[in-house]
Amino acid sequence: MKKAKRFMTGAEIFFECLRYEKVKHIFGYPGGAVLKLYEQLYDVDFLEHILVRHEQGATHAAEGYAKATGKVGVVLVTSGPGATNTVTGIADAYMDSVPLVVFTGQVASHLIGNDAFQEADIVGITRPITKHNFLVRDVKELAITIKQAFYIASTGRPGPVLVDLPKDVINSSCDFEYPEEIDLKGYKPVYFGHQNQIKKAAEMLKKAKKPLLYVGGGVIMSGGTNELAILAKENNLPVTMTLQGLGSFSGIEDQSLGMLGMHGTYCANMAVNNCDLLIALGARFDDRVTGNPDTFAKDAYKIHVDIDPTAIDKNVTVDLPIVGDVKHVLAEIASELSEPLKYDEWWDQINSWKDECPLLYEDNDGRLRTEFVIESLFNKTKGNAVIVSDVGQHQMWTAQYFNFTNPRSFITSGGLGTMGFSVPASIGASFGVKDKPVISINGDGGFQMNIQELVTAVAYKLPIKFVVINNSFLGMVRQWQELFHLEKYSFTDLSASNPDFVKVAEAFGLKAFLVESPKEMKSTLDKAFEINNGPVLIECRVVQEDMVFPMIPPGASVESMIVKRLNSKQ
Amino acid sequence: MKHIISVLLENRFGAFNRVATMFSGKGFNIQSISIGETEMPETSRMTLVTSGDDKIIEQVVKQLNRLIDTIKVVDLTQSSNIIREMALITVFYQKGTRSEITNICNIFRGNIVDINNKTLTLEITGPPDKIDAAVNVLMGYGIKEMARSGAVALKRGEQIKDQRKETTFTQL
Repeated sequence: MKKAKRFMTGAEIFFECLRYEKVKHIFGYPGGAVLKLYEQLYDVDFLEHILVRHEQGATHAAEGYAKATGKVGVVLVTSGPGATNTVTGIADAYMDSVPLVVFTGQVASHLIGNDAFQEADIVGITRPITKHNFLVRDVKELAITIKQAFYIASTGRPGPVLVDLPKDVINSSCDFEYPEEIDLKGYKPVYFGHQNQIKKAAEMLKKAKKPLLYVGGGVIMSGGTNELAILAKENNLPVTMTLQGLGSFSGIEDQSLGMLGMHGTYCANMAVNNCDLLIALGARFDDRVTGNPDTFAKDAYKIHVDIDPTAIDKNVTVDLPIVGDVKHVLAEIASELSEPLKYDEWWDQINSWKDECPLLYEDNDGRLRTEFVIESLFNKTKGNAVIVSDVGQHQMWTAQYFNFTNPRSFITSGGLGTMGFSVPASIGASFGVKDKPVISINGDGGFQMNIQELVTAVAYKLPIKFVVINNSFLGMVRQWQELFHLEKYSFTDLSASNPDFVKVAEAFGLKAFLVESPKEMKSTLDKAFEINNGPVLIECRVVQEDMVFPMIPPGASVESMIVKRLNSKQ
Repeated sequence: MKHIISVLLENRFGAFNRVATMFSGKGFNIQSISIGETEMPETSRMTLVTSGDDKIIEQVVKQLNRLIDTIKVVDLTQSSNIIREMALITVFYQKGTRSEITNICNIFRGNIVDINNKTLTLEITGPPDKIDAAVNVLMGYGIKEMARSGAVALKRGEQIKDQRKETTFTQL
């Protein structure tokens, strides 16, 4: 049925388009160039606009929302500084393939290029960090551009799309008709893998003695976690996951080897090093995973399933590429296998690695450690939570010690490694997820990078549990300084300058708790989790000098893995 | 190895820029770029000359394909192709060398397009190596200035297996 055309302003068209795209939440901050949109928004009732306190917070919140729900995260900000403040979030979304549509205001068309007030060439600035971007030059192009933006952001390998909206485009009017279909000649994602390649992959699985599934975030994005579970469980395949892949396969299953890579488990990295068949699923052979790409799984036949052809053979050359949606490809590979496969000898080997070097930490000196905090959070929630971590040591410990059991239960900045991600991202996640607690885990450094967004959490009474792992150090940088930079702790000691986080949180209007020893942990969590009418903060003062292990030094091979350095438990 | 890549692009605002940004962002090298309209006004064709090993060229082609504004990417190096470049070269002449330069111009099937009391301007068209050869020879006379276009290239017409037309095609 064709809808009748209506004569509308750009601002009206904008929100009509969002209605067609079923947008329910939009993260934004008003300003001069988007005043007409905010005027229109005043009367819009089908979506909720969330007022953040900084535009970077808006993009990270939209990322958190998108990662938690699988929907497109939407951002609306003004021109100039409003637009440039979104850049870090856009770059973060680009690296981690998060579907975002970012609308930026722009000065009126006739002023573009004149160095007008609050003008920035945001289309130029974001060209290398968006999947695509648009400058809308005519109100008649507005509807089709928004349709294309949502389509491009959410299909294929997802990513951020920016739409720049000059003030005059929003203010002028035209007939509105939402396009039902779009045809982009240069954009046709391939969803179904090549049949012969899939058959070959199944053949290789049958032949293999020591196979390993290396699972990335693509499996979660494609919604292929059930297909993964079926293939892995029916054939008793070992599974290791990347940081973004955690939760795609339940971490409490024996078949999970945990995370691989720089801070991956000993067992996972030994398995990678010794497998004879490596199947990479929606993963991109990132340098934090491979270390030295020349020695990564060097004896294995490598199969790579990815929807993005550029990911294939980019870092590591593979033997069998399959371009397609990993959900479909997994199902098709499973259907090619007539009877369940077994790899008993391989499992004996893997289990011996598991026993040889499990994850462990010092827990008998009465001092509070991050690993214990993370374990306590897992025990408190039984894994039924959305964990949003920041970047650094606490992030790696979260990845190691929180056994993620469900997809979309771990949200973190992986590729870009953006400190300050967690606070706003947890706010976005909290709008998307209502049936599970949202826990934001931060270091004391990163927590201060978007601390203003605590106000947003308070304003919307979001029941987020903000955990600050305070070692009064930029811990990961400190770790590298200790290991690789002659123990010169240059500008990483925050102990003299850190604020009192409990007082800061209280000033923002949060209920705040302080934990200084392991024995206070459980009771504090019990108290904090009772509060659900607003955010709470739990500051955990942990040991300063701990390092994250295992660790494969950057660019090195598995043989160089530093396994453990417990002070008293050697 | 040098590769000539032909890219059919949407003729849209910023499309060219997107390709250039991708090349610099990924650290690929570009020897030349030329771009112009095609027989379809909504598209333009870009001819890129780049170099790298097979792995890099594979990524160049994939990354080009990944851009939303690119419609078709062909590595012409893989097939029989026609490649042309044009140069305008202004050369100093002295008494006695004017006719030498004119001769050289004729050898390269170029045209003299301007002359004054000190210099001659030559227009030379051909594959890049022909232009290189002309430039090398003219260097001896003193080149005042020079402008070279990027290469433009097309795939040669496919050899259609049709007995009746065979004679016509072999003449190409």
